[in-house]
Amino acid sequence: MLISFLLNGETVQVEADPTCTLLDWLRLTGGLTGTKEGCNEGDCGACTVVVQDQEGTRALNACLLFLPQLHGKAVRTVEGFGGTHPVQQAMIDHHGSQCGFCTPGIVASLVAGQAQGRTDHDTVLAGNLCRCTGYAPILRAAEASVGTKLPDWLATDALALAQMDTTALHPTTESELALAYAAQPDATLIAGATDVGLWVTKQNRQLGPVIFLNRCAELQEIEDLGDRLKIGAAVTMNRVRQAVEPLHPSYAEMIRRYGSEQVRGAATIGGNIANGSPIGDNPPALIALDATLHLRCGEDRRQMPIADFFLDYGKQDRRRGEFVTAVTLPKSAPGLRCYKLSKRFDQDISAVCGCFNLTITDGTVTAVRIAFGGMAGIPKLATETMAALLGQPWTEQTIDAACAALTRDFTPLSDMRASAGYRMAAAQGLMRRYFAETMGIATNVQELSL
Amino acid sequence: MTVRQPLPHDSALLHVTGAARYIDDIPTPDGTLHLAFGLSPAARGRLRDLDLSAVRAAPGVQQVLTASDLPFANDVSPSIHDEPLLATGTVHYVGQPVFLVVATSHHAARRAARLARITIDEEEPILGYDAALAAQSWFEGGPRTWRKGDAEAEIAAAPRRLTGRIEMGGQEHFYLEGQAALALPQENGDVVVHSSTQHPTEIQHKVAEALNLPMHGVRVECRRMGGGFGGKESQGNALAVACAIAARATGRACKMRYDRDDDMIITGKRHDFRIDYEVGFDDTGRVRGIVFDQYTRGGWAQDLTAAVADRAMLHADNAYLLPAARITSTRLKTNMQSATAYRGFGGPQGVLGIERVMDHIAHELGRDPVTVRQVNYYAEALFGTGEPRGLSAPSGSPEGISGKMKGRGTPYGAAHSPAGHRPEPNTTPYGMEVKDFLLHGMTADLIARSDYSARRAEIAAWNTQSPILKRGIGFAPVKFGISFTLTHLNQAGALVHVYQDGSILLNHGGTEMGQGLFQKIAQVAAARFGVSTDSVRITATDTAKVPNTSATAASSGTDLNGMAVLLACDAIRDRMAAHLGQGAPVNFADGRVRWGSEDVTFAEAALRCYQARVGLSATGFYQTPDLSWDRVNGRGRPFFYFAHGASVSEVVIDTLTGENRILRADILHDVGASLNPALDKGQVEGGYVQGAGWLTTEELVWDDAGRLRTHAPSTYKIPAVGDCPPVFNVDLIDAENPEATIYRSKAVGEPPFMHGISAFLALSDAIAACGPRYPSLDAPATPERILAAIARVRA
Repeated sequence: MLISFLLNGETVQVEADPTCTLLDWLRLTGGLTGTKEGCNEGDCGACTVVVQDQEGTRALNACLLFLPQLHGKAVRTVEGFGGTHPVQQAMIDHHGSQCGFCTPGIVASLVAGQAQGRTDHDTVLAGNLCRCTGYAPILRAAEASVGTKLPDWLATDALALAQMDTTALHPTTESELALAYAAQPDATLIAGATDVGLWVTKQNRQLGPVIFLNRCAELQEIEDLGDRLKIGAAVTMNRVRQAVEPLHPSYAEMIRRYGSEQVRGAATIGGNIANGSPIGDNPPALIALDATLHLRCGEDRRQMPIADFFLDYGKQDRRRGEFVTAVTLPKSAPGLRCYKLSKRFDQDISAVCGCFNLTITDGTVTAVRIAFGGMAGIPKLATETMAALLGQPWTEQTIDAACAALTRDFTPLSDMRASAGYRMAAAQGLMRRYFAETMGIATNVQELSL
Repeated sequence: MTVRQPLPHDSALLHVTGAARYIDDIPTPDGTLHLAFGLSPAARGRLRDLDLSAVRAAPGVQQVLTASDLPFANDVSPSIHDEPLLATGTVHYVGQPVFLVVATSHHAARRAARLARITIDEEEPILGYDAALAAQSWFEGGPRTWRKGDAEAEIAAAPRRLTGRIEMGGQEHFYLEGQAALALPQENGDVVVHSSTQHPTEIQHKVAEALNLPMHGVRVECRRMGGGFGGKESQGNALAVACAIAARATGRACKMRYDRDDDMIITGKRHDFRIDYEVGFDDTGRVRGIVFDQYTRGGWAQDLTAAVADRAMLHADNAYLLPAARITSTRLKTNMQSATAYRGFGGPQGVLGIERVMDHIAHELGRDPVTVRQVNYYAEALFGTGEPRGLSAPSGSPEGISGKMKGRGTPYGAAHSPAGHRPEPNTTPYGMEVKDFLLHGMTADLIARSDYSARRAEIAAWNTQSPILKRGIGFAPVKFGISFTLTHLNQAGALVHVYQDGSILLNHGGTEMGQGLFQKIAQVAAARFGVSTDSVRITATDTAKVPNTSATAASSGTDLNGMAVLLACDAIRDRMAAHLGQGAPVNFADGRVRWGSEDVTFAEAALRCYQARVGLSATGFYQTPDLSWDRVNGRGRPFFYFAHGASVSEVVIDTLTGENRILRADILHDVGASLNPALDKGQVEGGYVQGAGWLTTEELVWDDAGRLRTHAPSTYKIPAVGDCPPVFNVDLIDAENPEATIYRSKAVGEPPFMHGISAFLALSDAIAACGPRYPSLDAPATPERILAAIARVRA
């Protein structure tokens, strides 16, 4: 596969092994060892680089980026920030590095954050682990970088990108994709590679034929349908977050804690649905919202309530050669609350994810959809719980009944994230949290500040 | 003068530009080979068959080695030779290296390593505390006990008694740079090894054994590590030895770095502990007698477990004068990774044990936990009333160190001490007199700075109004003993060159893992010659320059190596002064050298000395004075001095799910007279967050088959940026060390780690607001453990 991209301002053309990661290429072929491998699974951020394209400038993990994903984009590594970038100077001035191994990635995240004008440093840096500093001096450096002069290379890279010839890589349309996938139904579809990347880096799998979706513009569209929003399967989670923020702030806040800035800049909503994980955080929210899933196989299109897509652990209602094209969700759901429980707040996989979408009219539950992740082999509706609530008065007694019903809905498992007992107790706790919130009682440890 | 200045880390510019080189960044010769271990899939059993045909046939594989292919010693243990590099007939944990793949690339080696067919006759692994105790599976022949007085009798006679248990988990180091080594074959069968190690001499020693070379045939170099935290004190041995053996076997350079999952599966972690306690005390909370039974799981090989468990015993008192104590330690041998050094080295576990007891007593009495601690503190130091121990302070300096130093004992000296002395001697359970205790004054100061009392009252009132969220506040002091408890390790060497252009090259036995050791020592060297640190080049730690070094560990790096460098610098400076001044006083300051009417640059002075054939290179050697320690009986003076600190943390918990968050932390920490307050503050901030991580989000989970289920950052959660307290006040006290340490500073690496305990105690306090019973919270306090504790206090 012939790939062209800008690397630190210079055009690079590579005949790429399609599953060679940018990190390996930089370190082993490119001679750029400033970008570090800390975990090779997108959880530590030591390999963070800055990527610019039509969507703007963002931080991505080089360990989970296959070279074809960079086609037509501009990459800046720590060697390409100039050496005197305000972020670099601030990190020195504020003693933001100790052992220095996470530092190139920290700097890259802060450089991307500065370019975006960000001040939410905790979110910008949630994907960068530092074991030495406790983050305090890094946050001081981040503060000091706000409002500083942008580097010239942002503009020069953008200009160079506009002049680059990047027509070669297909598919570029949904139809092309449908045709290609129908012809090669065993191919692996790769959008953000935040999950598929691990098959390569951690499981050492040889993927066989692959189809990259990043050039397929139609899949990246967000369409306003009046009372509903249609989100293309290849829309990244950072864009989903922006899109749902004004509509479903609680869902958006959960997405803020989904992966990290780097992961959300690559991961797509379609990937998160289609991989069928029992602990993906989008499906419970989308099920609670009664979203519609759109699929396509060749010329054959169909749609279904998203809850029906998940059949059993590792099994989805998806035919050979069929792929997710979009998901449609209602724009209004004022009663929606999405709760994510994990050992660590940021960038941690949920032990339990509970999404509650209730309508209370005159003290009575008039509509209810509740879905959980982490409680079963699939993300799943809590039908017994919903039945215990619907039509009932919005009282503590009703909540008690709903909590009892949860034990009929789910028989969770124990694993390294939580025991079965905790999962059930916490799921019931989330039911009570929802009730308390409607009573105006403080329930969110994140909202408390001194 | 360059000491005391808050200079940036010496490599800061290299860090932020990506130019700082780690092992995997070093350019390698063409044809360099790459290594990976094949690992045991079973926790315990006999190797029946090892079919490596598929491994050997895999693309890129050059050689596959097993134990029988090793030419000489098959051992990477740092202690009792019980740790084969490659398994010999039996396996002892899931992840134990069984064979070694040598291939043309890192990926080829890793892929091939998975293709082995390993047949093991499995036996029931010994995993839990109770199983290990039942099997009497332990190190050093069984439990060890130290005594002070008759603890059992004192407990029996005390007005009040409590018993309890705390379990605390281990901790993965999660140095961001994984373990790595690179071996380069030399003429004559010698080898040069680049290793990411805190202990180059140990690497040299183990490689020499493995190649049957004298130590002079092995040179080990380490410029920097991407974090160590104790995890690179012994755990790098296997990679370095493997590389050296493969380099010998192939004649080519060989490199090995662990993938993160391999790193977490193969290497040891912090020791987890179970501590049972029984305490007798009076109505004020004053302890009369105490019994601790400490149990720790050391894993399959002894490694450093004996010393770690000793240090846990040595810190079972923390800041408290215990009239009578029995401390028993059982070091269990289990079929898990061999637990190893980790920042604090058992100290934090011992400290958490007694902090739990203080917390429990306060809860039982309904008294403020700070007050209960204060009545149990050691008596305050009364500096100025006696001569400091040890060598005299660095003297003969034209800079006049003493003139630059503040009077000893300020601001935390006699003025803050409680009236009168206690009737009992101010001695630890191991018989060491505590002469430098600072925590009365520091506690009073921190309580005031953090507005502790008012906040405690406000939190209590707030909690009555908040049915679901509960806040808590916790206070924890720390007194940490400084010195290696293996006394002979308390030595260091240095090699300093002054070149004829006035530039200075500095080498010493310490290693740089991010703590800023190199910069602090450069500041010392620059101060001795009166030049700026720009004139000083710090070079990689190198066993060929300074021999027989100790690990950079036990917080001792600056104390030991700083002093060695000082002595080397002074030797050169004295020669220069003797030649230049010819008896007249010579002053080295501001980059200039002045004597009589002469006033020249340091470079000019160096040139004149060179031309006059004055030796401009010197070694320095330092040994910590006044140490004596009988570890079997637990008697003596194992520590040169104590470092102190205190912290207050505030947290909030959600009583429905156990979710929690640190809201604020206030820390006051004693680094003596700081050599570099910016670097020291960095150690305190980082130590707190790492310590809080140990006790909150960082949970190691093994399944019933002994497989570690948390072997990557996806499942093992160290603190992220959002876990840094939003209000985080860290202050250093500026009180000179009464002992004659380097510029009267104190060690800082490990002690601040224990400030994280205040976050744990704050969580316990918040849980206690939910009901009448004592939470008996175990660590790590995950949301799950917090929710369970809430249920207990309500029961």
